[in-house]
Amino acid sequence: MRIDGKGLIDRTKPVRFRFDGKDYAGYKGDTLASALLANDVRLVGRSFKYHRPRGVLTAGSEEPNALVEVVGPTNQTPNVRATMQEVFEGLVAQSQNRLGSLRFDLLAVNDYLAPFLSAGFYYKTFMWPRAFWEGLYEPLIRRAAGLGSLSGKHDEGTYEKAFAFCDVLVIGSGPSGLMAALTAGRAGADVILCEESHALGGRLLSDGGTIGDQPAGEWVASVVAELQALPNVRIMARTTVTGAYDHGTYGALERVGLHKPARPNLPRECFWRIVAKHAVLAAGALERPVAFENNDRPGIMMASAVRTYLNRYGVVPGKRVTLFANTDQARGVARELMAAGVTVAAIIDPRPDASSVEDCPVHVGAEVVGSRGRLGLSGIQVRKGAEIIEIETDCLAMSGGWNPTIHLTCHMNGRPRWSEDLAAFVPMEGAVPGLVAVGAANGSFSTHGALVTGHAAGLKAVEALGRKVSVPVPEAEDMPYRLKALWAVDGKGRAWLDFANDVTTKDVKLAAQEGFRSVEHMKRYTTQGMAPDQGKNSNVAALAVLADATGRGIAETGGTTFRPPYTPVSIAAMGAGGRAEGFAPQRFLTSDQASRDWGAPMIEAGLWYRPSFFPKPGEATWRESCDREVNLVRQAVGVADVSTLGKIDIQGKDAGRFLDFVYTNTFSTLPVGRVRYGLMLREDGLVLDDGTSARLGDDHYLMTTTTAAAGLVMRHLDFVHQAFCADWQVRFISVTESWAQFAVAGPKARALVNSFLEVPVDLPFMGVAPVRIGGVDGRLFRISFSGEEGYELAVPTRYGEALFRDLVARAETMGGGPYGMEALNVLRIEKGFITHAEIHGRVTAHDIGMEKMVSAKKDCIGKAAATRPGMWGPEREQLVGLKASAPISAGAHLFVPGTEVHRETDQGYVTSVCWSPTVGAWLGLGFLKDGRARLGEKVRLVDHLRGLDVICEVCNPVFHDPEGEKLRA
Amino acid sequence: MPELIAKTALEGQSLTVGTSTLAEADVGRITSVAVFPGGAKAVAKGLKTLGLTMPEPNSLVERKGARLVWTGREQAFLMGVDCPELEGAAVTDQTDGWTVLTLTGAGAVDVLARLVPMDLRLPAFPVGRAVRTQLNHMNVVILRLGEHAFEIMGFRSMARTAWHELEAAMQMLAARNGTKF
Repeated sequence: MRIDGKGLIDRTKPVRFRFDGKDYAGYKGDTLASALLANDVRLVGRSFKYHRPRGVLTAGSEEPNALVEVVGPTNQTPNVRATMQEVFEGLVAQSQNRLGSLRFDLLAVNDYLAPFLSAGFYYKTFMWPRAFWEGLYEPLIRRAAGLGSLSGKHDEGTYEKAFAFCDVLVIGSGPSGLMAALTAGRAGADVILCEESHALGGRLLSDGGTIGDQPAGEWVASVVAELQALPNVRIMARTTVTGAYDHGTYGALERVGLHKPARPNLPRECFWRIVAKHAVLAAGALERPVAFENNDRPGIMMASAVRTYLNRYGVVPGKRVTLFANTDQARGVARELMAAGVTVAAIIDPRPDASSVEDCPVHVGAEVVGSRGRLGLSGIQVRKGAEIIEIETDCLAMSGGWNPTIHLTCHMNGRPRWSEDLAAFVPMEGAVPGLVAVGAANGSFSTHGALVTGHAAGLKAVEALGRKVSVPVPEAEDMPYRLKALWAVDGKGRAWLDFANDVTTKDVKLAAQEGFRSVEHMKRYTTQGMAPDQGKNSNVAALAVLADATGRGIAETGGTTFRPPYTPVSIAAMGAGGRAEGFAPQRFLTSDQASRDWGAPMIEAGLWYRPSFFPKPGEATWRESCDREVNLVRQAVGVADVSTLGKIDIQGKDAGRFLDFVYTNTFSTLPVGRVRYGLMLREDGLVLDDGTSARLGDDHYLMTTTTAAAGLVMRHLDFVHQAFCADWQVRFISVTESWAQFAVAGPKARALVNSFLEVPVDLPFMGVAPVRIGGVDGRLFRISFSGEEGYELAVPTRYGEALFRDLVARAETMGGGPYGMEALNVLRIEKGFITHAEIHGRVTAHDIGMEKMVSAKKDCIGKAAATRPGMWGPEREQLVGLKASAPISAGAHLFVPGTEVHRETDQGYVTSVCWSPTVGAWLGLGFLKDGRARLGEKVRLVDHLRGLDVICEVCNPVFHDPEGEKLRA
Repeated sequence: MPELIAKTALEGQSLTVGTSTLAEADVGRITSVAVFPGGAKAVAKGLKTLGLTMPEPNSLVERKGARLVWTGREQAFLMGVDCPELEGAAVTDQTDGWTVLTLTGAGAVDVLARLVPMDLRLPAFPVGRAVRTQLNHMNVVILRLGEHAFEIMGFRSMARTAWHELEAAMQMLAARNGTKF
């Protein structure tokens, strides 16, 4: 019911929205909760376990009941708190966790089964018969479990991530937060003020009162106006600070577009990482419910929430309101309701010495012991001494006192302190370095206390920053906070503690009775505090009940740990921009467009995209294209883009010495103009990478690495240089991106290459020379990864696409063409060349038959470790070739024919396979125990995954041209 | 043999969204100058012809279109001019390895705040500063050339990703217009 003349909503801007298929009207400034209450909708959801009817309990982000699904064009978002969702034109929301309609939820049968569904029910019930678990129990539980539902589609909404930096981060904009921000802001400090709600002011917007000589609302407006005008203050509304992390870093979630119709490019949310020199926690406090029988009916709400709905939204959630509260502060709501013309049926105050002077009936020393009303509250029972009084009411405002919002102070493992005076946990000072809790978040519950502590924290930060300021603190109410702790009212029925997860006082007592006496055990046994509200409404009360049940004090019982995030953060916001291709940068070759133009499917190689094969008309499978490309290299000439190989330019008088140190073999003796194959070990003696290095000048080398290990090798070189030989005359830098490099291979390779050079060269095998191509300076290497006469031609990257297209055009005229990764792989397997499929991080130089490349004349990285026992010898698996007449697979394991196939008889494994059009057989490379001594033997290849069982011949890995006549031609 | 056609990664494209403009820039030649141990004096002498000195870490020096940008320990990139004969340093051409984007306009610093985990606001990152940092997942060098003018140097092969991420940030920022508190 809406009250005229009350609230901060904009009554000139009506908004239409839809809930559970029905249209409603609200105003700009309403939340979904306030708008529904204004429309007298009390039932908004069903509880998690018992499917009890539930209504709005709070007016903030701690809401455990009013969780709804919001349906938008790109998203269906479950578990949205109706108390935080602002209404906008066209908003569509629906209730969740029901089977059938909200009013007649079929799963409400669970409520009647409650005697069987107590804490630990699952653990006890679904133990036997064991066979029932997978077929019956699990599907059943999965059907019943969970709150909202997902669309099952990708989240294609727009999300944002951002970074912010400041001197002072103020978390919360109530009186303490505004005072801290004003103090720091006037001093000229760089301030960020975060407020979870859409409006600044915190409880001042709900509780009214005066500050100085102004009504609180006017004071808020004037401070906000001043802060907005300050260039050094940044106000972030709709932003929840969700976590405190190392080095003054805070996570914060901003609701950017969730309060308005979706529009292109407008982020739904933005996940901020804020780095602050100082932080002021002014997050206020959370009012706590009281556990009494059936305290969960729609219409039973927090007293502070009733006050917020009245004063901020002009809404009264009932016609006959009752108040059940144990502090003087809570009485304000009853007085304000009466002033607004609403009937207050009674005030029930458990404190026997409380004042009974109000304009309505007051029962002091009394407690609410029960309620009635199936889908909404219709009456309560009050016990006063031995007497039970029935009171008709459709809205009960309850308050069991306040818990400071200390969550952020616990995020770095700080434990809060129990205050007997407040009957609440308060933050330990210094729990998060640089963060100071103020106002209600630190247990100063009066407005005066909030202003004074906020001012002091602001001043402290200002002084630490070396600034000065003088800001007067205005006068405000300083009412003492006097309560009688009341966690649960004695009674027989179920009294709810955790509304969200349906945990009652009985469950907590049962946990204690069954031996789960530690608060951490109780939490896990009952699931108390594990719902979307993370126990914000129930933690303290639950542990108070546990303390009582185990005969300990609350301080002794202790609390569970609050961890980030404070409120739920969507994964989509944290991973903004990272969906699908956004996951990692994409690296494109200069030949990329040309390859795609020719229809080549691209495959990912690390971050690079490389062509798999180049299909020709009539080729139905990749194998047909691949076989043709292999033949074309073997018989004419093929062109492939090999720019992805890592290239490192190394210079200096000690460059050769440096290469001798990182490679197993010697490079200082390499003549200028020549290239040498090199093997690199890790410090543990296993193979790191292989590649070729060319000597371009006396003090100038060019190293190439594999594509996969380009970054790894660069990092390794940097480490070796900085750690072991920082004073050497050597400098190196990556030039991978600077050169486009193309392999030209085949019997006609020399003719093709020379047709491009201004001055043809006659390079020996493993030679390098500077060349000029169409007016451009390039480099020509005579190296081969295919076993044919091979060259690699390099030009500055900007000419890459042109050279590739021109090379391919000419190659095609000569009967050749481009070849892709598949053919490249076949060619190298036929020649027995290794890649990272073989040097996968667990093999030694000995394993791959390169132990002779580890020079005896010098030391190198990894040499000492490579000589350890077990790093070489016949017991190790050694590289061999495999030949078969039936398809074989990489990943298969090798066995002696006739023996059993199991782990103990495993003789090795296969790393690479191909169909070889050159040899006319299936070829493989793999590692076999004592393999080099077993050439000619037969082995049994078994791949359970692909259902293969093939007899192979163990061969020398070099199948093609073992004498190397072709590549030296 | 006809001349080879040269192409940049993004073919010089540019884009304005809201108050920021993104464009691929041609900064001319880029040469890495890595000073050898004991080579500082010789390098300083060689750079004199350009009127430049080796920059302090995280900064750049500029004179008559020639720019020397700190890019690492004892390493700087000479941009915009051919590198003179330099004793005492390893000199490596880097021209083709980098794609340089300019980001200008009043919104530039807010765009970068979406992708760069550094305070790039003017007091913390004044004109004349240059840092090696991250643009989302990519290594970049960011130069501040004016209050509202940045250059972002990234690996050429990743230019399209860099462009895409900056464009997305620009569009999200522009879509927010009027939504700030």
